[in-house]
Amino acid sequence: MPYIQNSDADREAMLAEVGVGSVRELFDSLPQDQLLDRDLAIDPGLNEEQLQRHLANLGAENTPAAGACFLGGGFYDHAWPALVDHLMQRTEFLTSYTPYQPECSQGTLQWIYEFQTMIADLCGCEVANASMYDGASAAAEAALMAMNATGRSKVVVSAGMHPHARATIMTYLKHIDAEVVEAPLKNGVTDWGDLVDDQTAAVMVQQPNYLGNVESMAPVVAIAKAVKAYSVASIYPVSMGLLKSPGEQGFDIVVGDGQSLGVPLGYGGPSFGFFAASLKAVRKLPGRLVGISEDTEGKRAFTLAFQTREQHIRREKATSNICTNNALIALRGCMHMAALGPEGLEEVACVSRQRALEMVGILKQAGFSRAFPDAAFFNEVAFRADSEDQVLQFKRALKDEGLFGVIPMGRDYPGMEDVFTMACTERTLPEDLIRLGRIAATVLQQEVAR
Amino acid sequence: MRLTPVNLLFEDSRPGRRTVRTPGADRSLATAGLPREELREKPVAWPEMGELDLVRHFTRLSQRNYAISTNFYPLGSCTMKYNPLVNEAIAGQGAWSGLHPLQDDSSVQGALKVMHDLAADLGEATGLPGVTLHPAAGAHGELTALMVLRAWLDEQGEDKRRTILIPDSAHGTNPASCTLAGFKVVSVKSDDMGLTDMDDLRTHLGDHVAGMMITNPNTLGLFEDNIAEICELIHQTGGKVYMDGANFNAIMGIARPGDFGIDMMHLNLHKTMSTPHGGGGPGSGPICVTEELTKYLPTPAVVKTNGKYRLRTPEASIGRVRAFHGNFMVLLRAYSYVKRLGAIGIRRVAENAVLNANYLRVKVRDHWRVPHDRICMHEFVARPTMEMREAGIHTMDVAKRLMELGYHPPTVYFPLVINEAIMAEPTETESRETLDGFAEAMIQVAKEAIAGEEFLHAAPRNMPVTRVDEAKAVKNPNLRYQHEA
Repeated sequence: MPYIQNSDADREAMLAEVGVGSVRELFDSLPQDQLLDRDLAIDPGLNEEQLQRHLANLGAENTPAAGACFLGGGFYDHAWPALVDHLMQRTEFLTSYTPYQPECSQGTLQWIYEFQTMIADLCGCEVANASMYDGASAAAEAALMAMNATGRSKVVVSAGMHPHARATIMTYLKHIDAEVVEAPLKNGVTDWGDLVDDQTAAVMVQQPNYLGNVESMAPVVAIAKAVKAYSVASIYPVSMGLLKSPGEQGFDIVVGDGQSLGVPLGYGGPSFGFFAASLKAVRKLPGRLVGISEDTEGKRAFTLAFQTREQHIRREKATSNICTNNALIALRGCMHMAALGPEGLEEVACVSRQRALEMVGILKQAGFSRAFPDAAFFNEVAFRADSEDQVLQFKRALKDEGLFGVIPMGRDYPGMEDVFTMACTERTLPEDLIRLGRIAATVLQQEVAR
Repeated sequence: MRLTPVNLLFEDSRPGRRTVRTPGADRSLATAGLPREELREKPVAWPEMGELDLVRHFTRLSQRNYAISTNFYPLGSCTMKYNPLVNEAIAGQGAWSGLHPLQDDSSVQGALKVMHDLAADLGEATGLPGVTLHPAAGAHGELTALMVLRAWLDEQGEDKRRTILIPDSAHGTNPASCTLAGFKVVSVKSDDMGLTDMDDLRTHLGDHVAGMMITNPNTLGLFEDNIAEICELIHQTGGKVYMDGANFNAIMGIARPGDFGIDMMHLNLHKTMSTPHGGGGPGSGPICVTEELTKYLPTPAVVKTNGKYRLRTPEASIGRVRAFHGNFMVLLRAYSYVKRLGAIGIRRVAENAVLNANYLRVKVRDHWRVPHDRICMHEFVARPTMEMREAGIHTMDVAKRLMELGYHPPTVYFPLVINEAIMAEPTETESRETLDGFAEAMIQVAKEAIAGEEFLHAAPRNMPVTRVDEAKAVKNPNLRYQHEA
């Protein structure tokens, strides 16, 4: 049988030791009327060769966007060095678990400490945790933490946050007497109006927002501070190569999705979420934390810290229910951040934005203008077409040429049916930008001809 | 194990060292049109490392870990089984890892089929046909299921049912998830046999009860004999029964929770279905529910119509609990695992997991106290004997000594209902010799304890560090490296 090493002879000997006559007898103490009296209706097993062939056939039914990808929407087609794939597969990393026993888990604990440091620096915050599931659930946990810390129940969320993050916040807060208010967009950026008041626990913004536009961050902090609410920013890590970190600007909590830090697109997961805040808030943080302590000889030693916040000790009074996080993917992030270094991050950010600027020029020439010309963008841009049909037509035309792009905004933003976004990264090929322009021109000319 | 320390990245950082370079960057071009007040003034303080030093750094760190691939890892409740490498080979292929989550359905038919068929197989294995692959981990699945329960209660107009009953032996995530979903927790006692105390359970029933969360087999490694009756009692009182599927490895292909009355459960694919989760994740925590509850599951679900797969939102969906479609790359590995095993292989997993646990139990029971010493499921709980305790030896000493002898310790001090618990789950993938070796180590430690060996308190002495002062990490928190100003 696959993956089971003991032979029939081993089993015989072991059964004798246990004092039962057959494997089936081990289940004799179970209520017999509850046992399955048939085999599961699951296909017979494959050997390894058959399995690989089966999966290769299935894989052939996919057309991966990577390498020809203008899709963004929270996941971006960035590059990573080969060492990330290779080292992550070291089975000492791959097949360990949560480092409950520090003495035999120093490897895991040390990289988590390094990860926490680099994420905290990225966010401009004092501390970061060991990772969350993804950016959306990290945003929801940030709302919960703000409610917990302020004792208030209203959360004001920018409509520019990722629709999935907003939906996740709604789901998480639905059953605990919370109120979620959405601040609308005006000219592609958040219009806070007078929605934030002294009942507000958190003011939440995404930088850059889902339309690709750069938000004004200082006013968000000011609005939140004025009523002693928590300011929460969700960031796209690569943009931090050029943009100021929210922590530096005074935000209380900074979260985000780490996919752009060395994680494959992977059809949307797993990536890792990150969560950073100030040291004074540490006892309210969700998730695991690693700290430095010492061993009995005074040597530096890493260990899990502040476990009394966590569910396995605090149970129903825990700060969060999170247990398993996304550590292995956070390890990818850790290696990738170290491989980039400060200059590497800035270069990736610069080239991604330079390609986006080129894209704007090329698409403008073809006839697609920016939907929000007064807003600044980073690497993702909202364009306006003549109609929703034209948006879909452009998307199809790209796909016919082997390019992936165009996220229609209409589904998440009523009234924006004619708006779509396109993103560039350092992997965007100049020749693909030229093809993009040609395809756009064709689509727009067809429209004129009609 | 590598004993000499490894510097922090930040200590080895040298200005100007690089690994990744991206040509063509031009800061003045790139910043044109960006508002000045949003621009970064100084670069992020990340380390500057050359490639070889970086490779050495992480390779050396990996050598400071115990892992399944280095030796036996009997961490109870965590099902640390072999993670098949063929699944890594498959997941490494661009046909899967290169898919963008917002690609149109027609370009990801292979991925959608994987999700569709995996959901069907999990539904069959649990007897609960409504499956969502969306949740990111077990606790996330619990939370999702409790939200499904809330949606069902709301539709029934049941606004008073806000209490969830949970046995005192449950995982900590159960009560924590209840709080997040707006439920109150009432603890149900365990009886002398380590099972749910039926009399105590009956005293808690009433029209305030929304449901019960139960782990079966429970965290003592025992099958809840009265499970059908428990489900019936909860149903009669007007609630639903949720099963924590952490221990599903014991009964896969042997019994189906849906058949004994469970309404909802989660599976930990990273445990039961062997997907790697090094350092604490990623997981995947699908939930499986009855037909009745299917319409409340989160979005999206995969459906097949006219031979094509597509994503859609269930009729009365609770919404999203995360972005996109679940931890797809974990689901892919789980799918490969299920396809490799097939129906018979799945049953063999449970049989061998239970045999291995019982073999280990029998091997150590003359030297350790096994409070519930009868045929167990996939794991069992032991504790130090009175003699060991009188010699001043605690479970923590035992755990650290086992490390010296080359083993990752079992789960310790859990479940909370057993004082000084030590909970071992060998899994089906271990050989008899490995179990023999571990049993000998357990017996050796028991003898050393009774002999009053002082070195037990000093263990571990051959690890990269000696015993770590965990309290100090809280008293003087140092949670990140402080760069020199």
